[in-house]
Amino acid sequence: MSATASAAAPDLPAGTDEHLLEVRELVVNFPIRTGGVFRRVVGHVQAVSGVDLHVDEGETLGLVGESGCGKSTTGRAILQLHTPTSGSVRFDGNELTALPHKHMQEVRRDLQIVFQDPYASLNPKMPVNDIVAEPLKVHRRYSDDSPARVAELLRLVGLNPEHGNRYPHEFSGGQRQRVGIARALALRPRMLVLDEPVSALDVSVQAGIVNLLEDLQDELGLGYIFIAHDLSVVRHISDRIAVMYLGKIVETGTRHDVYNRSAHPYTQALLSAAPAANPKAERQRERIIVTGDVPSPINPPSGCRFRTRCWKAQDICATEEPALVDRGHGHPVACHFAGYRGSRSAR
Amino acid sequence: MMASLTPQPHIATGLTDVAQPSREEILRVNDLTVSFPTDDGLVRAVRGMSYVLHEREVLGIVGESGSGKSVSSMAIMGLLPKSARITGEIFYRGDDILTMRAQQRRSLRGRKIAMVFQDPMTALNPVYTVGDQLAEAVLAHELIPRKHALARAEEMFALVGIPQPRQRLNSYPHEFSGGMRQRAMIAMAVINNPDVIIADEPTTALDVTVQAQILEKLLEVKDAVNAAIILITHDLGVIAGTAHRVLVMYAGKPVEVTDTDGLFERPRMPYTAGLLGSIPALESDVDDRLRPIKGAPPSLIHLPSGCPFSPRCPLATDVCRTDEPDLLGTDAYDHLAACHHWPKLARADDPTMYFRAESEIVR
Repeated sequence: MSATASAAAPDLPAGTDEHLLEVRELVVNFPIRTGGVFRRVVGHVQAVSGVDLHVDEGETLGLVGESGCGKSTTGRAILQLHTPTSGSVRFDGNELTALPHKHMQEVRRDLQIVFQDPYASLNPKMPVNDIVAEPLKVHRRYSDDSPARVAELLRLVGLNPEHGNRYPHEFSGGQRQRVGIARALALRPRMLVLDEPVSALDVSVQAGIVNLLEDLQDELGLGYIFIAHDLSVVRHISDRIAVMYLGKIVETGTRHDVYNRSAHPYTQALLSAAPAANPKAERQRERIIVTGDVPSPINPPSGCRFRTRCWKAQDICATEEPALVDRGHGHPVACHFAGYRGSRSAR
Repeated sequence: MMASLTPQPHIATGLTDVAQPSREEILRVNDLTVSFPTDDGLVRAVRGMSYVLHEREVLGIVGESGSGKSVSSMAIMGLLPKSARITGEIFYRGDDILTMRAQQRRSLRGRKIAMVFQDPMTALNPVYTVGDQLAEAVLAHELIPRKHALARAEEMFALVGIPQPRQRLNSYPHEFSGGMRQRAMIAMAVINNPDVIIADEPTTALDVTVQAQILEKLLEVKDAVNAAIILITHDLGVIAGTAHRVLVMYAGKPVEVTDTDGLFERPRMPYTAGLLGSIPALESDVDDRLRPIKGAPPSLIHLPSGCPFSPRCPLATDVCRTDEPDLLGTDAYDHLAACHHWPKLARADDPTMYFRAESEIVR
């Protein structure tokens, strides 16, 4: 692996202080075409507009935001499942955006994804053993020892290896998600992109998957990008968190920074809107209601993209886009009027 | 509102700001059972459900998928398919809905008992304007000119916070965003001044910021039309902030019924404790491990003998596998739970502790 990697990018020394994954200025635009013969491009959906992030080994980065904010597109663009329009994705010293397909396949051994919907992401015509073994076959790693490896993987994710010849429909939602995780682990990756891995599951089952992911991280030293809209799960599992709104990261920092010392009005509104399972606290706290809906990513607002729903918005917000920098809050915030709200930190 | 120097966000109306429930009963469900015959056997979706809904009360019904929470409310609305076998009684202000004549029942449905569905895109008709659909809800029950019905629809749009209500009446459902559609659904539900609004997972398909808007609206319209709400959800967080009382469903039966504070602070049924242990805390950085419930909910065709939760329950003993416990009073007379071993939970400092040992073993 390392031989081919350095061949693909010979000018890059294996830096020791580099992050395992480093994303810079990532932009993903999807063209909108007319229905006619020529399929002219009439506009772009600006799904991701300049995202910077990094993840180290054994670390979890939580990526939160509402639907349509570009969090899943970011995850897929990191794996080059969507081709980034511009920007750089460096994984383990390799620039993935410039990597030829053949080399990209080798990188994918180290960088795997778990999808949201365990019903749609497993082939219904394949028994679970074959599903978990498929990555080994695709990457020509399948040998006589592989059935034992598959059984080991199933045991690792908490499934009974004897059930390996069953088909996906014979498993419950939580068990199917475990199969998806086993498949992602087959090639011993170093990093997983987890795209809403627990959103489709009932709470009692969800907790089991979250625990499993934590155990696997401790055992295998994996780096995670955990994409979710459930703020309590993200808080539980993440070391650092990036909050996305309409294709941009508006606030990022450690879990403590983002949840206890949030300075961006959107983060504050998002956190206050999330219902907590504690009736007394729910009655006492203020719940900020932002008006309206998320604007269209085809034609996002000028300046700050949150300004159309923001109670702090002033003229400058429409003309000047706030940069994501530390404004004296100890972590980067993209807001001209960033500031803590007293009531939230008092909780 | 925006007079102060530092701009302030809009703060939501909470449960403490709305009218409190009275003791008057408007809906009483008695031993309701619903089953569906299938090729594989009889699916017993609801197996004996009883509860009371008071005036202006928000009753939360919580449970996982397949626990029978939606089916029981569909039975109240009379929306179940013909193949469903329904027994029991559902009294609306003293009249049994299940034995009523069809015509009488029709006059209740959508007028006195209204419903807000989970997915507004499939609940609204895509080929009619929302205004037409709201007017239809009025005209189905009253003989008034269409113009008056449309005027009422406009009023309701303003009530649920749809901007430019008059113009928006002419929109089609696809022109609305998810949150707006759900507002239109709420407007349609309250347009005939109902006594009971059944909201079946009204915010499950929505983002949290929009969810907060919709829950606030539900509480506000509840006061505007003086209705009670049955709020069906799987999200205990939604229950914590919006319900006065809660009913927890498991395998087609209520397993715990009590006021919201009691449920969260003093669960008396291991299933409830298990649910609470499964949710990560939103308020703290405490890195406690989650305490999931092992296994999966039972099949409604082949239910385990005894307590249906016993195969997953850390407290289960022999009696649990032979006798199904009834829903009875526990340490407080109005705190009902269906568990042989509730005193064990009452003695524990942290009722979720029974789930801990197992989550530690799972590897």
